[in-house]
Amino acid sequence: MSTETVDPQATDVAADPSKASRFGLRSRVLRDYGIVLILIVLFVVLAVANDAFLTTTNLLNILDQWAPLGIIAMGMTFVLISGGFDLSAGAIYALAGVIAAKSANELGVVPGILLGCLVGVAAGGLNGLLITAAKINAFVATLATSIIVGGITLAITNGNIVFVHARGFPTLARGELIGIRYPVLMLAAAIVLAALVLHKTAFGRYVYAAGGNPEAARLSGIRVGWVQTATYMAVGFGAGLAGTIIAARLSTATPDAGGYPLLFDVFSAVIIGGTSIAGGYGAIWRTVLGVLLLALIGNGFNLMNVDTVYQRIIFGAIILFAVWVDQMARRRSTR
Amino acid sequence: MSAAVAPHIELAGIGKRYGGIQALGGIDLAIAPGTVHALVGENGAGKSTLGKIVGGVIRPDDGEMRVLGEPVRHHAPRDALRHGITVIAQEIALVPDRSIIENVFLGLEPRRAGFVSSRALRRRFAELAERASFELPPDAVVGTLPLAEQQRVEILRGLARDAKLIVFDEPTAALSPPEARALFASIGRLREAGTTIVYVSHFLEEVLALADAVTILKDGRLVRTADAAAETVETLITSMLGRALKTTFPAKVRSAPDAPVVLEIEGLGRGTVVQDASLHVRAGEIVALAGLVGAGRSELARLIFGADRADRGVVRIDGDAFRARRPGDALRRGIAMLPESRKEQALVMDRSVLENVTLAHLGGMCVAGGFVASSREWSRGTAMLERVGVRPQLPKAPVSALSGGNQQKVALGKWLIETPRLLIVDEPTRGVDVGAKRAIYDLIVALAQQGMAVLLISSEVEEALGLAHRVLVMRGGRIVAELDGETTPEAVMSHAFGAVGTEPHTTTTLRMTTGEQPSHAAEETT
Repeated sequence: MSTETVDPQATDVAADPSKASRFGLRSRVLRDYGIVLILIVLFVVLAVANDAFLTTTNLLNILDQWAPLGIIAMGMTFVLISGGFDLSAGAIYALAGVIAAKSANELGVVPGILLGCLVGVAAGGLNGLLITAAKINAFVATLATSIIVGGITLAITNGNIVFVHARGFPTLARGELIGIRYPVLMLAAAIVLAALVLHKTAFGRYVYAAGGNPEAARLSGIRVGWVQTATYMAVGFGAGLAGTIIAARLSTATPDAGGYPLLFDVFSAVIIGGTSIAGGYGAIWRTVLGVLLLALIGNGFNLMNVDTVYQRIIFGAIILFAVWVDQMARRRSTR
Repeated sequence: MSAAVAPHIELAGIGKRYGGIQALGGIDLAIAPGTVHALVGENGAGKSTLGKIVGGVIRPDDGEMRVLGEPVRHHAPRDALRHGITVIAQEIALVPDRSIIENVFLGLEPRRAGFVSSRALRRRFAELAERASFELPPDAVVGTLPLAEQQRVEILRGLARDAKLIVFDEPTAALSPPEARALFASIGRLREAGTTIVYVSHFLEEVLALADAVTILKDGRLVRTADAAAETVETLITSMLGRALKTTFPAKVRSAPDAPVVLEIEGLGRGTVVQDASLHVRAGEIVALAGLVGAGRSELARLIFGADRADRGVVRIDGDAFRARRPGDALRRGIAMLPESRKEQALVMDRSVLENVTLAHLGGMCVAGGFVASSREWSRGTAMLERVGVRPQLPKAPVSALSGGNQQKVALGKWLIETPRLLIVDEPTRGVDVGAKRAIYDLIVALAQQGMAVLLISSEVEEALGLAHRVLVMRGGRIVAELDGETTPEAVMSHAFGAVGTEPHTTTTLRMTTGEQPSHAAEETT
């Protein structure tokens, strides 16, 4: 973002050197663009190492496969920047899939899709109110709602898989426009929408202010509670849509889909991108790169027939590495 | 100071750069053992950086340091501590949920077979408290103590680690005058016991009263080191600024006595924090709320602004009853408030200067759909930065990169994008250098002249008297006196401390001279 640039020559002598030097040139480049570098290197390596990688079909398949996670990650970026935290997105995803499948069967395709998304928004709104109005710690509140939502999902399905027999419902995931599947287009739309809202609107500014300094935001007349609630609704919507897409793709909804493994992949993408879990810092392009990085790693492993068990281990190591680079960039500048 | 004594700590050619900016350069300094050595300078002059280098918090880029003749290189505060050096910083670094005694001995607990021996601990605590002449309840939880006592806990913690040199970095910034005096007394006792003190402050009277030697810094360079006895506030300011200050306050312009009343409050209160507060401010008038820290001034302002809710009383704006449920309500009604702490309450430090200055009025800079009209934001934001005198302007730089004075101007400018009817300024010049102070005073006076009602909260009596037409003194949550703006600092302070006998400890400290106020507003001599 252009607003983060600073010309060190012209900078005023800093009142608080440790803060100002966080923007010291070398560490800033490392912090801001380290992920770009890693992504390029990985892309080139995969392209050289495997002929199957650099084909339109493969690249579009990767995007299609990762689109649901990417859509949730957009919402999660808002939550983290505004200073929040959401453990329930994986559970909402499963419930939304089940609701969407059942209502598609009983009410029709369009109501199915809408209800799938709506249930996500409603759960997000509940999270937001618990956290901002009832002042329950975000970690605890969303842990509890994730358990409740998971329980509701089991109650609705009796633990059974829901088969979709509504004709046309799978089109949501399998349909194509100009050779690109709908989920990829929806991901693209989500990215554009998220970037516009976060970086170009007043609401986006309030999200940064709410996470960066909630008291200053409040004293500036910003309804911090509403801003944060809206971010939970955004991630809820993302999880609802993603769950609906998956139900459409598989023509079935499983009550134990998603859950914490999906949630942790979402967090991984956002954090690897460099958005701070402490709030106030991050960007949409960062999360886009984080999702792409996870997607490339997964695809690369598949192409090279690496066991999924080892994939998880390396996933974890990469997250640690990314966060370590971020920490080093900060620490180096405080000396 | 005798030159024959070997210095406790000696710096040669010390320099520090931050991202291309030379924060400090070529500092040569020798600090004699058992003395109080003050570091003074404007904000951004490097005094705090130098203090932190001595304390091992910051590692210098150039030069060398010797402690008792031995070259040292501190990588972390822990290394400095090994050489008997500790830092008492502005921000207290204690474990708030644990007791005083646990904090003091954290990491040093005398152990018996792995168990902490509490009897030995208590004996050592008593010894330390005796040495520093503090009376602190060892089992009190640190987080519940007032700041001044937390500072004492930090001092004890330093002593527990055998600190022979203690760096105090702006220790009185958040203390009330009696608390500050108590701190000075303990610094005096530490010195008598042979401890060397490095004292970083911008309160010059305080420095002159305490220090044996003073080092003046300007723009990261050492101007001179001198005997404190040979300096006066004026000589210090002249050297800090490189020029003499002619006047500290702009000339007062009488406000019209029949100007319309903008703000009127009646019987406003919240719990015991603010009780039965009534006042009015007319258009063009500057009314100051004076009083000690904790007297309820900021709390009263927050009730008017809707930052906290009043549980009784009435607020009227332009004659109409008005109740702010939240700050946004007050903003829309033309009330603006510069809060007390710019870092904690006013600015989003990681975001840009421009975003900060426009944050409270973004709604008026949006086009359809809530999109920020960037050209409108840019023109209005930069015009405001120009008007409040932020230099260099750097609208795209993070606000954290600015000096304290410039940050405060940004925080103030933020409220002027839409001209308010009533401007509340809470400690508008706290932590701000002398030059920026005057610029802020000029701005406040000019705003009042344009017809704004101004409610000023200041802990510097000179500031309140220098700007205000009327001064209301608060004590214990109540407004206890209304004085004319031409009154004396002594009159204000005697009301602030309360009548003789009501609060026993204040009667003994009523030696009111302006010099005793931790204030660096220059007294005029030209």
